[in-house]
Amino acid sequence: MAVTSGVPRPVVETKRVIGRGQTSGGIDDVVNSPVLVGPQRTPRWWWIGFGISLALLGLYLFSVVRLITVGVGIFGNNQPVSWAMPIINFVWWIGIGHAGTLISAALLLFRQPWRTSINRFAEAMTIFAVVCAGLYPILHLGRPWVFYWLLPYPNTHGLWPNFRSPLDWDLFAISTYASVSVLFWFIGLIPDLATLRDSAKSRFQKLFYGVLALGWNGSAKAWQRYNRAYLLLAALSFPLVLSVHSTIAMDFAVSQVPGWNNTVMPPYFVAGAVFAGFAMVLILAVPLRRAFGLEKLITLRHLDNAAKLMLATGMIVVYGYGVELFYAWYSGVEYEIFMAYNRVFGADHGWAFWLLIACNLVAIQPLWLRSVRQNPLALFVISLFVSVGMWLERYVIIVVSLTKDFLVSSWGNYVPTFWDWALFIGSFGLFGTLFLLFIRLLPSIATTEMKEFAHHDAHHGSDAFETIREAYYRGEVRA
Amino acid sequence: MSDAASLTPERAFDPLLEAPAVDLADVRERLAGRQGPEYWRSLDELADTPAFQEFLRKEFPRQAAPLDASLDRRDFLKLLGASLALGGLTACARPPAAREAIVPYVQAPEHRIPGKPAFYATALLDGGYAEGVLAESHEGRPTHVEGNPDHPASLGAVHAIASAAVLSLYDPDRSQQLAERGQARSWTQFADALGGALAAVPSGDRFRLLTETITSPTLAAEIDALLAAYPGARRHQWDARHADGAIAGIRAVFDAGAADVAPVYDLTRADVVVSFGADFTNLGPGRLRYAKDFARRRRVRSAADGMNRLWQVETTPTPTGTLADHRKALAPADVAALAAWIASEVGVADAPRADLPARVERAWADALVADLQDARGRSAVFAGSDQPAVVHALAHALNHALDNVGATVRYVAHPEAAPTVHATDLAELVADLRAGSVDVLVVLGANPAFTAPPELDFAAAMARAALSVHVGEHLDETGSTATWHVPRTHALEAWGDARAFDGTVTLQQPLFAPFYGGKSDLEVVQALLGRADRSGYDALREAWQARVSGDFDAFWRRALYRGALEGSGAPSVAVARRPIDLPLPLRADLVVHFQLDHAIADGRHANNGWLQELPRPFSKLTWDNAAILAPATAERLGVGSHDRLTVRSGGREVVLPVWVQPGQAPDTIGVALGFGRTAAGRVGNGVGTDVYPLRAGGAWAVEATAERAGGRHRLATTQTHHSLEGTGERRHIVRAGTLAELRAEPEHPRFVHPVEHPYHDLLPDFEYTSYKWGMVVDMTVCTGCNACVTACQSENNVPIVGKEQVIVGREMHWIRVDAYYQGDLDDPTFHNMPIACMHCEKAPCEPVCPVAATVHDSEGLNVMVYNRCVGTRYCANNCPYKVRRFNYLQFAELATNATELSLANNPDVTVRSRGVMEKCTYCTQRISSARITASNEDRRIRDGEVVTACQSACPTEAIVFGDLNDATSAVVAAKASVLDYALLEELNTVPRTSYLAKVRNPHPALAVEGVR
Repeated sequence: MAVTSGVPRPVVETKRVIGRGQTSGGIDDVVNSPVLVGPQRTPRWWWIGFGISLALLGLYLFSVVRLITVGVGIFGNNQPVSWAMPIINFVWWIGIGHAGTLISAALLLFRQPWRTSINRFAEAMTIFAVVCAGLYPILHLGRPWVFYWLLPYPNTHGLWPNFRSPLDWDLFAISTYASVSVLFWFIGLIPDLATLRDSAKSRFQKLFYGVLALGWNGSAKAWQRYNRAYLLLAALSFPLVLSVHSTIAMDFAVSQVPGWNNTVMPPYFVAGAVFAGFAMVLILAVPLRRAFGLEKLITLRHLDNAAKLMLATGMIVVYGYGVELFYAWYSGVEYEIFMAYNRVFGADHGWAFWLLIACNLVAIQPLWLRSVRQNPLALFVISLFVSVGMWLERYVIIVVSLTKDFLVSSWGNYVPTFWDWALFIGSFGLFGTLFLLFIRLLPSIATTEMKEFAHHDAHHGSDAFETIREAYYRGEVRA
Repeated sequence: MSDAASLTPERAFDPLLEAPAVDLADVRERLAGRQGPEYWRSLDELADTPAFQEFLRKEFPRQAAPLDASLDRRDFLKLLGASLALGGLTACARPPAAREAIVPYVQAPEHRIPGKPAFYATALLDGGYAEGVLAESHEGRPTHVEGNPDHPASLGAVHAIASAAVLSLYDPDRSQQLAERGQARSWTQFADALGGALAAVPSGDRFRLLTETITSPTLAAEIDALLAAYPGARRHQWDARHADGAIAGIRAVFDAGAADVAPVYDLTRADVVVSFGADFTNLGPGRLRYAKDFARRRRVRSAADGMNRLWQVETTPTPTGTLADHRKALAPADVAALAAWIASEVGVADAPRADLPARVERAWADALVADLQDARGRSAVFAGSDQPAVVHALAHALNHALDNVGATVRYVAHPEAAPTVHATDLAELVADLRAGSVDVLVVLGANPAFTAPPELDFAAAMARAALSVHVGEHLDETGSTATWHVPRTHALEAWGDARAFDGTVTLQQPLFAPFYGGKSDLEVVQALLGRADRSGYDALREAWQARVSGDFDAFWRRALYRGALEGSGAPSVAVARRPIDLPLPLRADLVVHFQLDHAIADGRHANNGWLQELPRPFSKLTWDNAAILAPATAERLGVGSHDRLTVRSGGREVVLPVWVQPGQAPDTIGVALGFGRTAAGRVGNGVGTDVYPLRAGGAWAVEATAERAGGRHRLATTQTHHSLEGTGERRHIVRAGTLAELRAEPEHPRFVHPVEHPYHDLLPDFEYTSYKWGMVVDMTVCTGCNACVTACQSENNVPIVGKEQVIVGREMHWIRVDAYYQGDLDDPTFHNMPIACMHCEKAPCEPVCPVAATVHDSEGLNVMVYNRCVGTRYCANNCPYKVRRFNYLQFAELATNATELSLANNPDVTVRSRGVMEKCTYCTQRISSARITASNEDRRIRDGEVVTACQSACPTEAIVFGDLNDATSAVVAAKASVLDYALLEELNTVPRTSYLAKVRNPHPALAVEGVR
């Protein structure tokens, strides 16, 4: 190793997952203490955030009441645009959830240890996103109170649901996804809940964490079974990363609407979901690590990796746009060609496509630079663009395709109403409320696994080696 | 809704306590005015005070949730709850008194078994002329109107307005109380007051009667008797719809002795039809008959078939004009000039001199002349009801010169009782009123305060009469000015008679006792004659007893169940030409051309929601009228659709939204009359713009100036407008060609199948062992008149949604008529394409429904299970024809807030609730009914036994429906035509409804002009 200068290079990339010098106690202090403090010591920013979220949640609930009393006509949907904002929002939220599953399950199986710092809140994000998403398909129904007719349950009607319908596949996909995600998340939480139980001070905390910890005793047998169960659930979750959004893509691909009927849809939707999901992970992680002082646990390396994945999946998505346009032309089908033309140059909605390109193609290009990938603020801003872009992508696919399909006479337009926006913006309140409750009541980082790293680093050379390495660069140590 | 709050026990405000005292005299009169067993609960109830209604509403709150403020436009449907509680419930569905036996349509034509409901033959009037109908009655409740196949003016067809009559019948805004200056009075009091007033004018010098067009022999005789009793009295007539030019024109060209004559055409014998502004299939006496006869000569199924040729010259596009083989859009003066030019060329020596209008190419006009001369005795020339006298005179002169008289056109004694030029007649009445020489004025049915020419200021003139009586179905603009108002019966609830265009008499029978009370014209005239207690039934029966010899009861029964008196058609009369001495109208830079609105006519149907929401032909405008401008004129004036335009004429101005309409004559503004009502009722008030202020002298065209006004006005259309050029052309939606093209390739005309689409499917086809329903729509004869739309709406309980919802795009019509244009922007070719559910064999909607709410049945119908529908709307997305309609809001009336309007519902069809999808069912209830009948008789359903509502109404028989498993059925024959094609066949949906490509028959000399 040629030493050219006495000035040490900044350490920007290492094999390590967490910062140096972490101890079990330190991790407990950083992660668990804020959870266990009494309500009076809850930070001000939390209360502000919670207040805003509750207000938005109120808007959401008000919209739902209005929706159920008046009818789905409060939205801007019409003939021919029978699906619009509720479905866009549904696909958007579901997509966001995907990063959580990918991080927790896929990266675990691929032995990417860096996932450990972010998997807990990413999983929480998944669950809350699925909650937000899953309500839309029910709420957008003409008669939401009978949504359970989609379930294959023994009934007096003597009827099964129509298993040929992608909407029924959807129901199974989402419900499976929701239940596996919750289970996976909860299993991972158990040892941490036990830690909290053990250090709980108030009676409420003892009861709350005690019940949730399910009698965890930390025995070798418990650990062995826990690890086995966790791995199995990871193996169960992993296919969901691919299957859930593929199924949702089928809602469109199976139909014959020009712009929907596309075999590229499933992989393209999955890539889009991971893309949007990592954007949301970054939107949450950047403020979170700052607010809780978690910079040593969620390091720049984590952000860097997430940004790389975002760039990669983003480029797949952009490739998908290209493929869509290419096949529209290559098919030679008049309706497809017109759809593509209308999507790109249409007077009513062409803006959406170009804005989408700006958000999903142009805005992510700086991620090729390491300096941008390791700049939390830049990542935060780019992630916001990506979130908007992915929403617009669904808008372009769902609404713009529907406005002008086969019969020229039936062409229409779509204008969202106040209630469309209220139910969308309100869903941030639902998400925010759940997420803020989560970071207040549960450890947002998997402390057990963090402690493994800390132990490993401290006792198996990593820390000691780096101390020597840095001293070497400072010239204090000669080879 | 505020009702929720009122559920609390303590009532801070008790409206009954706060209300003014009950006017007992008023209550007494209300009670006296009622019929039948009367039960009332309190004086307040009888007084029907607003306070009582408020109390009632609070005491019995309607369900809050399903209807909320978002349905603002349909407030009327909710508000009606209050009036419902009191309005004429005791009269509900009560048959006429036992001795006034009404006779059901027992001897239905063969293969036409209507099913359980009773059908009564009667007639509805259009402009005073009878059109025979069969009114369907469920348990004494009229629900639907179909054409009477035995009636010469209908032959089974029905116009959109007539289909909507059942809704008007139950209109809760109909006048329900006889009143003097707003105070309730009884019929007896009215008769006494009138008798007193007439006694004061014994010679009748100061007594005037104003009626609309009357063709009723009995009413005319009674009026004659009245005029005989009061020799000084005068009868005037005013109907804004009246074709004054037709009367003046025929008088100018023919000398038929003292009597007036009217033309009756026989289009089955006409090879060439020339129409100067005549919408003869859609407007005016004989329209349904002419439509049927005309279309029967255009029924092309193979190259061997011949077809007639239509030359249409018109100002504003009309449904008839869409069928034209050659159409020219000309300003009114140019229409007259062209008529004069053609007449001179054909050899009418006394035609006024005129140059060929600039917009008409010489070759075009020459071809028209040649075509007429080649078809001597086989041609027919029409003049539109809105044309000036000279055009009518020229049309008759042309028919005369071309030897058509006696062949394609004959002349009969005028069906109107007293044909006259209404505009002049009304002006004379107003002059007398102004002069103070009228004490008693009785207005029978007309609404001149709204429709009279503006310079007459009829309302002010009427106020000069000491006693004015308005007899009308609504307390309308005239009724609220008159001193007395008498509620008038609807045509479906009164006895009467009327003549059709050819003189045929129909006896009108009521389907039930007057629903909201009311008196018929016949009864009012009886009262004027001092016989107030004589019923219309007695008057009619006695009048006919005097006319008929032999077994009167047999005559009576037969007349009632046939719906038309056999042999009552007027015989032809000889006419002698007299020289035409009429000037041609002068050209103007800009002309306002008035049209009767396609749906609400002169405004009388303004309170009918079905008609207000009926998409007008081509423009697809609903709930509004507009200044219809040609693209070139719009450009010149610097306006576009939805811009506001100030139109000035005769010192008056109105501001109208603009609608740019290809096919409108340049330098003209087409405007529909009848909008902007102020006293129509809750539906019609304030809808659109009143353009009567521009209509000086009751003319159909006036010179005007126009300029852009500020602001925009959003018009509600049900179809966005896109040319078929460019992308549309390659979609092959509309397939049209010429007869020559068909004959060039008789086996496989290229315009029908421009691209081959082989059909492949991995799955086996369905098998149909019983029936296999299918439909064919013949685009060659579809005029886009909307008869099918309203008929479907009535048959299938299709709700209306209001203007705002139409703008959003949520109209509910199960069948729509798509309009497409082709070719030149100023003189385009029009195509009408009726589209309802195609009942696809491989329906894209079926596999995507997660709850199996839309499924294929054993007879090939794509059925919609409303109860199962959860409202995902995936089916609608996946339907390439976009025929599915979703109840985004509670559009239909619920049982909890139903008004009288719900009585018009067809009990055989589910009323759909909010949140479910619906669409055309091929009238599955009619199929079921026929299936039951056939199964009881142990046979198969015969061809023609199931007639869908749209098919039944269609005046041009463009819709054929039947069993595809029956090799002899009409629908199988139609599908065998080389013209048959499936819409979007490349999608392999295999629709059950297919189309016959549109065939046109341009003149060989102008064939290059033909579309392809």
